[in-house]
Amino acid sequence: MTDRSQPVTANEPDVLRVEGVTVALGGRTILEDVAFAIAPGSFTGLIGSNGAGKTTLLRVILGLQRPGRGRVVVAGDAGNRRNRSIGYVPQKVLLDPDMPMRARDLIGLGLDGHRFGIPMPSKTRTSLVDEMLAAVDAERFANARVGILSGGEQQRVLIAHALISRPRLLLLDEPLANLDLRSGQEIIGLLHRIATEHHIAVLLSAHEMNPLLPVMDRVVYLAGGRAAAGTTDEVIRTEVLSGLYGHPVEVLHIHDRVLVIAGPGYPDAARLAAEGAGIELG
Amino acid sequence: MHFIVEPGFFSSQPVHVALTIGGVVAVVSAAVGIFTVIRGQSFAGHTLTDVSTAGGSAAFLLGMNPLLGFIGLSLVGSGTMDLIGVQRVRGRDLATGIVLGASIGLAALFLYLDTTTRATTGATQQILFGSIFTLDPGEVPIVVAFSVISLVALAVIYRPLLLATMSPDIAAARGVRLRPVGLAFMLALAVSVGLSSLAIGSILSTALLIGPAAAALRLTKRIGAALITAVAIGVAATWVGVLLAYDSYYWGSSHNGYPVSFFIVALTFLIYLASGLPARRAATSAPAKRH
Amino acid sequence: MFSGFMTNTWVVATVVAALAGVVGFFVVLRGSAFPAHAIPNGAFAGAAAANLLGLNALLGLGVFAVFAALGIGTLGRRGRHDVVTALALVLMLALGALFLSRSTEYEPAIYALLFGEVLGVSTTELLPVAFLAVVCIAAIVFMYRPLTLSSVVPEIAEARGVRSHRMEIAFLVVLAVATAMTVPVVGALLIFSLMIGPPAAARSFTDRPPVAIILSMAIALATVWAAIASSYASNWPIGFFVGTMSAFAYGIGRAWAAWRRSRRPATRL
Repeated sequence: MTDRSQPVTANEPDVLRVEGVTVALGGRTILEDVAFAIAPGSFTGLIGSNGAGKTTLLRVILGLQRPGRGRVVVAGDAGNRRNRSIGYVPQKVLLDPDMPMRARDLIGLGLDGHRFGIPMPSKTRTSLVDEMLAAVDAERFANARVGILSGGEQQRVLIAHALISRPRLLLLDEPLANLDLRSGQEIIGLLHRIATEHHIAVLLSAHEMNPLLPVMDRVVYLAGGRAAAGTTDEVIRTEVLSGLYGHPVEVLHIHDRVLVIAGPGYPDAARLAAEGAGIELG
Repeated sequence: MHFIVEPGFFSSQPVHVALTIGGVVAVVSAAVGIFTVIRGQSFAGHTLTDVSTAGGSAAFLLGMNPLLGFIGLSLVGSGTMDLIGVQRVRGRDLATGIVLGASIGLAALFLYLDTTTRATTGATQQILFGSIFTLDPGEVPIVVAFSVISLVALAVIYRPLLLATMSPDIAAARGVRLRPVGLAFMLALAVSVGLSSLAIGSILSTALLIGPAAAALRLTKRIGAALITAVAIGVAATWVGVLLAYDSYYWGSSHNGYPVSFFIVALTFLIYLASGLPARRAATSAPAKRH
Repeated sequence: MFSGFMTNTWVVATVVAALAGVVGFFVVLRGSAFPAHAIPNGAFAGAAAANLLGLNALLGLGVFAVFAALGIGTLGRRGRHDVVTALALVLMLALGALFLSRSTEYEPAIYALLFGEVLGVSTTELLPVAFLAVVCIAAIVFMYRPLTLSSVVPEIAEARGVRSHRMEIAFLVVLAVATAMTVPVVGALLIFSLMIGPPAAARSFTDRPPVAIILSMAIALATVWAAIASSYASNWPIGFFVGTMSAFAYGIGRAWAAWRRSRRPATRL
């Protein structure tokens, strides 16, 4: 994979372009005119509280949800449902501990799991799986059942599963949601390394932006179905977020953390507060 | 009148017994069925019917009242399933399936012995597919007694059961002891399955348990309303089924009636399919719900 | 025990067991125990219909089983899966009872179709059974990777272009064909035991999918062979032995897994 490592060049085409995507489900507008682009090898955080439309947006990018308006261009290819240049790690994967499947078997499925026929054991295949195990620091539990691994370990296996097909974009839906702080930090470090060393763009959704601040190149902030995109300095500003929420909010920098605080009378303040976002940490 | 009801329907004693037992059983099955469906325990419910098949055939072999066999063994079966962990979602289908397979094996043996050692015919048919017209009027009080036990048990655990079904975590936090409540429900389920085995046959009793409840849950939004609707559907399907089976004796010239159970099961299935229609109409007028 | 008319039984039972072991692995992996129980009952209705109309039994079995599979697959998409399965199951059983009530040999026919009849295999049935078994195994081999992927991580499979619902229908149809041919031998109710017990037991002995499949076949074969021998010796129905031995195999698997856990306490759980 190292042969693809090359410096990010300004004129390299975007690996993902989301253009004016609007999605309405059940008469409710989930996403409204969302637009942003992702450069190869960059690290982007998709930030928003629960119900902001993060998962819907990811489903649109994956081609699982057709947008009402707008389009998604993946690696220069629009309209192709289910693009192979995307690796995907869904939220909350339940793996049965009784299932006879080792971590390396699951990673192997990432290579050709969508193809018909049985997998033929080969040296190339084995060495590719070993390479992926090494890339996510999972050699230690390569031969353990996936179902009995811890949340952070399973997350690594799933990332390797997504990486082995050599995607140009890695999508992760709330990968930090069920992890303790340390495992979360490790996963973020791993993803950052993948983005820079392997030149694979990472788009990661989260409701908390602080853990991502050190590694994020760009941020896509979702609120009320609308999005603001840019570098953190461009987006995480009082006037930008106030416009997005349609209500005055204040962005505070305390030490190296960012807090987003809703002004008085925000209609959804109760909901924001429940997510740790009304006194919004995200 | 004779186009709908053939002569002698209302004056026949077997019909009276069939309508009484069928009606009572339908009420219990529908009430228990509501919880079976919302708890996602259709498979467990169905497994108990196969366990009760083994019970019924064993009772037949020993010359006992089949109802005691049906209920007795399904009580044992529900205890076993609780023991090997059907309350947990993970591995639940597998554990249930194993109990199911073993009990069918036992049923196979008992039915074989029934037909070979006791020179009676009809055991297989009677146990598996029921014979509501040949029930002894003396069964009525026993059926009513077991029905009352099952309904009372359900009423006692109603609220904790509902809470445990909606959210096991919240229920546990509020001091509901999940396992005893789950077990109590399984026992009520076992009694209800035993009763309906008597009415429409052990391997068909799932129809009365699941069908009316599932249809009612698609038609109403509140549990109370669903209970009443399910009971109404269950009783209606049973009574109309009995009527049709009685009438079928006069269809054609062979005087070979159709099985009651077939009509009850078919009616239940049709009602379930029909219950999906209003929902589908609503779905086409409003876009699909969010994933 | 091995001569004359029993030869057919041994051959067919061996084919059936090998197939049940393979298909059963995916039944267990996908958590499709309930459909696996329901679909053979469609075959029961089919056999009863064929019996009534004087048609080829295998044709009736196949048509009804596939019909049941498609019904469960399509209706289950909208409604609740377990409810649809339960209702389809009893409808099929009731239809079978209805058809049989129209024919003359009611009681023995019901018993044989539900619980199996070892001695009922004729030479003319051998070829179709073997052919269908090859078709089913070929289908499983063909679908192996996407089927595994959609069973283990359905969300990822969907994102990679494996349509879970099509996979489900395809698998249920394979299940239907596999059960259709096995019903006359082990019966509608007990083919299920063979598809659950051996694969569930095999999971306790290995961590590798291919090994688990082979082990599952081996346990299924051992179960069926032992069941035929016991049935022949005792005159008791084969179904009894298949049902109890499958459960026994599962019990041993659970015990083995528990023993292994106690010896090497897992640090990560």
